[in-house]
Amino acid sequence: MAFLELDRVAKQFGAQTVVDDFSLAVRRGEFISFLGPSGCGKTTTLQMIAGFLDPTRGAIRLEDKDLTAIHPAKRGLGIVFQSYALFPHMTAAENVAFGLEMRNVPRADKAERVRAALAMVGLAGYEDRHPRRMSGGQQQRVALARALVIKPSVLLLDEPLSNLDAKLREEMQIELRQIQRTIGTTTILVTHDQNEAMSLSDRIVVMSQGKIEQIGTPQETYEKPASAFVSQFLGKTNDFAGTIDRTTAPAQLVAGSWRAPAPAGLSGPVIVSIRPERIGFGDAGLSAKIITRIFQGNHWLFQCDSECGPAIVIRQNDGTAQPREGDAVRLTWRPEDMSVRARAGA
Amino acid sequence: MSLAADERSERAPWALTAPALILFVGVLLIPLAMTVMLSFHDWGQYKGIEPVFILKNWKEIATDPYYAEMFWRTFRIAILTTLLTALLGAPEAYILNRMSGRWKSFFLLVILGPLLISVVARTLGWALLFGGNNGLVNKLLMSLGAIRSPIPFMFTETGMVVALAHVMMPFMVLSVWAALQRLDPQIENAAMSLGAGPITIIRRIIMPQIMPGVLSGAIIVFSLSASAFATPAIIGGRRLKVAATLAYDEFLNTLNWPLGAAVATLLLVALVLIVVGSNALIERRYAEVFR
Repeated sequence: MAFLELDRVAKQFGAQTVVDDFSLAVRRGEFISFLGPSGCGKTTTLQMIAGFLDPTRGAIRLEDKDLTAIHPAKRGLGIVFQSYALFPHMTAAENVAFGLEMRNVPRADKAERVRAALAMVGLAGYEDRHPRRMSGGQQQRVALARALVIKPSVLLLDEPLSNLDAKLREEMQIELRQIQRTIGTTTILVTHDQNEAMSLSDRIVVMSQGKIEQIGTPQETYEKPASAFVSQFLGKTNDFAGTIDRTTAPAQLVAGSWRAPAPAGLSGPVIVSIRPERIGFGDAGLSAKIITRIFQGNHWLFQCDSECGPAIVIRQNDGTAQPREGDAVRLTWRPEDMSVRARAGA
Repeated sequence: MSLAADERSERAPWALTAPALILFVGVLLIPLAMTVMLSFHDWGQYKGIEPVFILKNWKEIATDPYYAEMFWRTFRIAILTTLLTALLGAPEAYILNRMSGRWKSFFLLVILGPLLISVVARTLGWALLFGGNNGLVNKLLMSLGAIRSPIPFMFTETGMVVALAHVMMPFMVLSVWAALQRLDPQIENAAMSLGAGPITIIRRIIMPQIMPGVLSGAIIVFSLSASAFATPAIIGGRRLKVAATLAYDEFLNTLNWPLGAAVATLLLVALVLIVVGSNALIERRYAEVFR
């Protein structure tokens, strides 16, 4: 069943609750991301799993054993730190070998495993380099090899890619995913980068202010956001104020001059959320004016001023003519592409 | 036109550094050169200093075992002081670094304390505590029956080492502290996650990284202890002379300036050699940590 289980875990520093009521069941071999803005408690949760912090309440279980009762040095988890925390006085090979030495692995076996681990992260031939003579990306790989060589039951990654430049980060994402798939280690990644979380994970845990907002696959969290926070945090989104009018038959959802059959349940003032790439230009719909048009290679980004406030539209660059700045347009979308929620205080 | 500008820009650095250079030459290099020259002059009880070039003073230092013993004592005291400050100062800095904000600044002040008090007042304080039968600590221990005769402190090398280590401690603590600041804050967690216990973490991870700090602190402490004057003068007195107090006596009591100059020059040369030599050694050995 659940390989790693967090059961209503909470952490308080003094009167401040940093993590609250955190429950999660991780399956063996799964890649999970904790995603949220800084200060949302994602790193604190990771540190509780690692054992550097003790939870105030709740239980953490690994294969049904209470993990909090085990000293961090005995948990056998692999951790890659944001700063890498390599040992600067040791060579790459010595860094990787450290965990094996602590486990009294025989010399020949140790040398072979160090060599294999460094080869796996693409650093064969760098055994005798010191960390300070390596680039950020190489240091990152050494840190990964050092964490993986001990065959950890769970691999914990604390924003491991945030110190790399954009191109290198993308390469490392792909590589990280491949390595994780190959060796099948259960992995938890802490990140504030939604693209990273979406491209790497099987499931994403979106967090805000110490609480879980949503747990789901990347596609679920993007397309069916459980809250306004999730839809805002994962990619761009348009929020339009609308009204559900149940006095007409059939009932109608109205946002400016856009209207559609009302979904069941709600009534009165609502918020209509649509992803920018799901909005098209049509003959009827929300009337808007194009303020800026930005060409981004494979797509166009339009910033519009609509009757329901500012709107963003993304259109694929498929060769068709696109409206220009200052053009009056009508924004339209399919009802199944939007999500509707009640509008508070209106 | 551009030639003149070139000439001017070439002269500018010299002109700008001239005031400092003149001061440096005037108050340091010239007196130093004069002291070295003085050590080759002759001296007699009745004739005073004679500006001739002889090796009499140097021969005396080289052949008379009194000087060998005195220099050996100077360096023994300096080495023991350095060891004591390293053994106490490095753990002190480590503990201090792990303290939380308010306690940290309080204890930092405690450690820096010796530097804020006049060396004479502080050393006399040690003398009041430990000096002879009337020393406070000795009195207390004897009245408690813990010891039967007073612990000798005044006029002993142990006393000198303890008093010197006290005043030198801040240099060691600050030097190790600086090395600790360069440590990755997660490095201990990283070692722990790989299965290392607290002793292994200190021995294999922390120690090698703060060693450069300990060694540079040791260089400071060693050179300051070997040339210290006030503490050895008060605690050691006339009985246990070190190089600095000997040079002082030759200059001001015997009035044999050339001999005093030779002692001072030898101390300076020995110190420079030791410091430069060990510094080069440290930089080579710990090249990776220093980068």
